[in-house]
Amino acid sequence: MLKDITLGQYFPGNSFIHRLDPRAKLIMLVVYIVALFVAVSWISYGVMLAFLILCIAVSQIPLKSILKGMKPLLVILVFTGLLNLFLTDGNTVLVSFWVITITLEGIVRAILMVARILMLVTGTFLLTYTTSPIALTDGLEALMSPLKKLRLPVHELAMMMCIALRFIPTLIEETDKIMSAQKARGADFETGNLLQRVKALVPILIPLFISAFRRADELATAMECRCYHGGDGRTKMKLLRYSLWDFETFAIGAVLLAGIITLAWFGL
Amino acid sequence: MSTAISVEHLSYQYPSVDDKAPVTVFEDLSLAVEEGTFVAVLGTNGCGKSTLAKHFNSILLPSGGKVYVHGMDTSNEELLIKIRRSVGMVFQNPDNQIVANVVEEDVAFGPENLGVAAPEIRRRVDQALKQVGMYEYREHAPHLLSGGQKQRIAIAGIIAMEPKCIILDEPTAMLDPKGRREVMQTVTRLNRDKGITVVLITHHMDEAAMAQRVVVLHKGKVAADGTPGEVFSQVELLHELGLAAPDTVELCYALNGNGFDLPLNRLSAEECAQTLYNAVKV
Repeated sequence: MLKDITLGQYFPGNSFIHRLDPRAKLIMLVVYIVALFVAVSWISYGVMLAFLILCIAVSQIPLKSILKGMKPLLVILVFTGLLNLFLTDGNTVLVSFWVITITLEGIVRAILMVARILMLVTGTFLLTYTTSPIALTDGLEALMSPLKKLRLPVHELAMMMCIALRFIPTLIEETDKIMSAQKARGADFETGNLLQRVKALVPILIPLFISAFRRADELATAMECRCYHGGDGRTKMKLLRYSLWDFETFAIGAVLLAGIITLAWFGL
Repeated sequence: MSTAISVEHLSYQYPSVDDKAPVTVFEDLSLAVEEGTFVAVLGTNGCGKSTLAKHFNSILLPSGGKVYVHGMDTSNEELLIKIRRSVGMVFQNPDNQIVANVVEEDVAFGPENLGVAAPEIRRRVDQALKQVGMYEYREHAPHLLSGGQKQRIAIAGIIAMEPKCIILDEPTAMLDPKGRREVMQTVTRLNRDKGITVVLITHHMDEAAMAQRVVVLHKGKVAADGTPGEVFSQVELLHELGLAAPDTVELCYALNGNGFDLPLNRLSAEECAQTLYNAVKV
């Protein structure tokens, strides 16, 4: 049923990675991505892959669900692979006919590029799989809070994200209801060419938007009634607090990054 | 007993939109709600019930006259937060007042806004959830709960601010009978056990019958005011205003039209049955 969709695909659990502070996980993801782009050779890729596999193992996220998330990426992966395969210049020509030349360097590059994208996405998945949306929002707000000095509305952005996450299931349910109501009056969403189908969506979108605006208005009043007055002077029930584990994680991240940079320095 | 809410010569009109003339809701309304009481406000659609409720915590400000909440003038902007923390408000649609996607985070929203320290918020949230009987659902997502449960979460979100008074604007209008019962039980318990002043705006007569006092609004004026027994026995007046008395009173009233002489202040089914039994036995 539409109602049961989970956003950001959070898998509740109690592993080491689940229990890390969301800020620590966000920072680690950034470190991991930087390291991935610094990595140049088979050896450094091997190190990164080993680290990733270790993380997946610790997180206890089933490999199947990670692979399932990769499906929409297939086109991009194939495209990147082919592009690198055919367009890389190299000395060791393996196959050459018509305009197509395949070099050994091309094959190596294609494999590494595809591996890089796969590892990048898997790392990001690992964050969203092990962190609840609300913890993620809190973490982002805390990490971006220095930007408040630049008058960036950090609290407001986090609040908006939180409310959006809260209302997505409600609006999905509502869309479902409106669609049923329109179908009951003979609306047809399944047949016709693309233009006709897009046109058929208008009678869904308009009531949906009107109702969303009405909801927003009521929510704003309700929030005012509960003394909401922006981020100033606001406290939090769940305080984010770094534990020893988070510092250990930072140490691991630092070692990983330093190692990869050193390897890259020697061209490995 | 001191006064929780005091409305003095309130006048209010909605500002004109486009070229339409401004709509006058109240011309000269005076009303006082004593602390710790349970008051139901009745009236047909458009009689100004919700508009009045919005005056109780500075969502709307009077065009003329004054509204005092625990002695505080609602038009004094400096008192805004103080007023809103002492008068909580629950609305009709539970979906549109829940902010967070975890129950306990939502209940914590009010105290967080008030700048309460973290351990104290935790205590208040747990207490509020226990009071509405939703403690075991604290880690659930609100959109998977029933309407009655969501409305109880909304009430918990208000009581976590520890207000002295709660205004409920048709809180059961969108609920099924089971949800209505859950909400009404919660509300009466809060009033009885915690001494919280309750103002319940409703158009369900049986809900109003549970209050200590019933105020009937009609076209911006108080048409009747008294205990449920006093108000509901004025059946002709209620009919004239487009309202109905509770079924028990309506039954006695109809029988009276056919030669009986029954009292019209027997509100509960048991009392009504006893009255009928006595009348038939003789």
